[in-house]
Amino acid sequence: MSALAAGLAGCGGDEGEGAVDTLIVSAASSLTEPLEAYGETTDTDERFSFAGSDELAAQIRKGAPVDVFASATTSLPDALFEEGLVEEPEVFISNQLVLAVPSDSPIVGLGGLEREDVDLVIGAEGVPVGDYTRDVLDKLPAGASAAILDKVRSEEPDVKSIVGKLVAGAADAGFVYASDVSATNGELIALELPPDLEPVVAYSAAVVRDAGNPKSAQEFVDSLVDGEAHDLLLDADFLEPEGE
Amino acid sequence: MLAASLAVAIAFLTIPVAAIFFDAGPSDLVEALGDDTTIDALRLSLVTSAVALGLIILVGTPVAYLLATRRFRGRAIAITLIELPLVLPPAVAGVGLLVALGPQGFLGGIAADAGIELVFQTAGVVVALTFVASPFYIRQAQSAFEALDPSWLEASRTLGASEARTFARIAIPAAVPGLVTGGALAWGRALGEFGATLVFAGSFQGITQTAPLAIVELFGSDLNGALALSAVLIAFAAALLATVKLTSRGRGFGLVVD
Repeated sequence: MSALAAGLAGCGGDEGEGAVDTLIVSAASSLTEPLEAYGETTDTDERFSFAGSDELAAQIRKGAPVDVFASATTSLPDALFEEGLVEEPEVFISNQLVLAVPSDSPIVGLGGLEREDVDLVIGAEGVPVGDYTRDVLDKLPAGASAAILDKVRSEEPDVKSIVGKLVAGAADAGFVYASDVSATNGELIALELPPDLEPVVAYSAAVVRDAGNPKSAQEFVDSLVDGEAHDLLLDADFLEPEGE
Repeated sequence: MLAASLAVAIAFLTIPVAAIFFDAGPSDLVEALGDDTTIDALRLSLVTSAVALGLIILVGTPVAYLLATRRFRGRAIAITLIELPLVLPPAVAGVGLLVALGPQGFLGGIAADAGIELVFQTAGVVVALTFVASPFYIRQAQSAFEALDPSWLEASRTLGASEARTFARIAIPAAVPGLVTGGALAWGRALGEFGATLVFAGSFQGITQTAPLAIVELFGSDLNGALALSAVLIAFAAALLATVKLTSRGRGFGLVVD
């Protein structure tokens, strides 16, 4: 919420072109740490608004003056592109959906979720991490999928609130991205999903069509695709996107 | 100049509220209300906020009476502590509740031993709402009791009524308008609660997803649904405010001193 508030506060900035370039970036929650680190290295004043990608897309649809949209899925930027709201989106990074558990957890995989009495937290429907999770569960036999959904205690609006519930010890397991687990510095561990269940998690970014600052916006997207921002994402355990 | 600032203030404060009703047509709003996410959320919001309000009135009324009628060491500190949630960011309240009453919180173990589960449970929503809303009631109730003419309470005691009887038969009836106002304000705050609920209790349809949480979830996927739920909350808030205005105008029982 604070990121959202900061983003909205940034919207009031009608001061025109100052000495420092201001760029409003609406980005998926999972991009928080690496993009903030990237922001420190640039001369541009990036104002990040981190939230669930679906919420950010809805804000752009309602005319929020955003320069760059970086989403945890390709479908939302594609939809905005078709609606004429953003320039052509570019896939810039990929991630791995994992089952995150506290480092001292006895759970070792999906089977544990099915059998044990656990409190599971997932993303809400429509939030990319929630949709990827449902894709995975849909591939399981109906009984297993139902048994796991039965353990869901909360559907969170973005991936960082899932991580928060796990780190605080409120929940026993959650489906998040591998990079989110790395960002907890060992408090959580990532249990990989069987390869045949793993969804393709591709992130794409686009310059918003009415961007107040199209040049810096394009530079930002370029950096996500193959510049310094891209390298920082890889350092944070994001993955190279699969060949287009 | 003064009139212009009044016009600006009114426009600023009412246009966003009015826009909720105009952004989608009335028929879209009514249709969106039929969705089971919205119905579950409204039902849960009503139930949890009503239970929270009941708890707040039950415990808050004697607390407010005590604070209004007694002078004791630490009274100012007690009042400050009780009012703290008023100025606390709701997310902070949620984190605080989680680290105190969550499974790994220092009171969480005791609660778990007693078979009380709060996190991810409807009871946790009630706790979050009670936490953030109670100062709204207690403050208002305290000033209602403070406004009573002390000689009436004195007379009751002189005539042999016990302290409890004086409180129940004299103080409460005389303070009713103020208590109703406090209750309405607390109820309004509880209905609007978002941050503490999400952080402490989570968001699950029918269990912990109150109307404000559902609004945020729907905002990403079903804007009309979000608008429809918002419209219902506005109507309810308006009704609460009207209650406050009506009760504070009339019935003072002649006991309230200015």
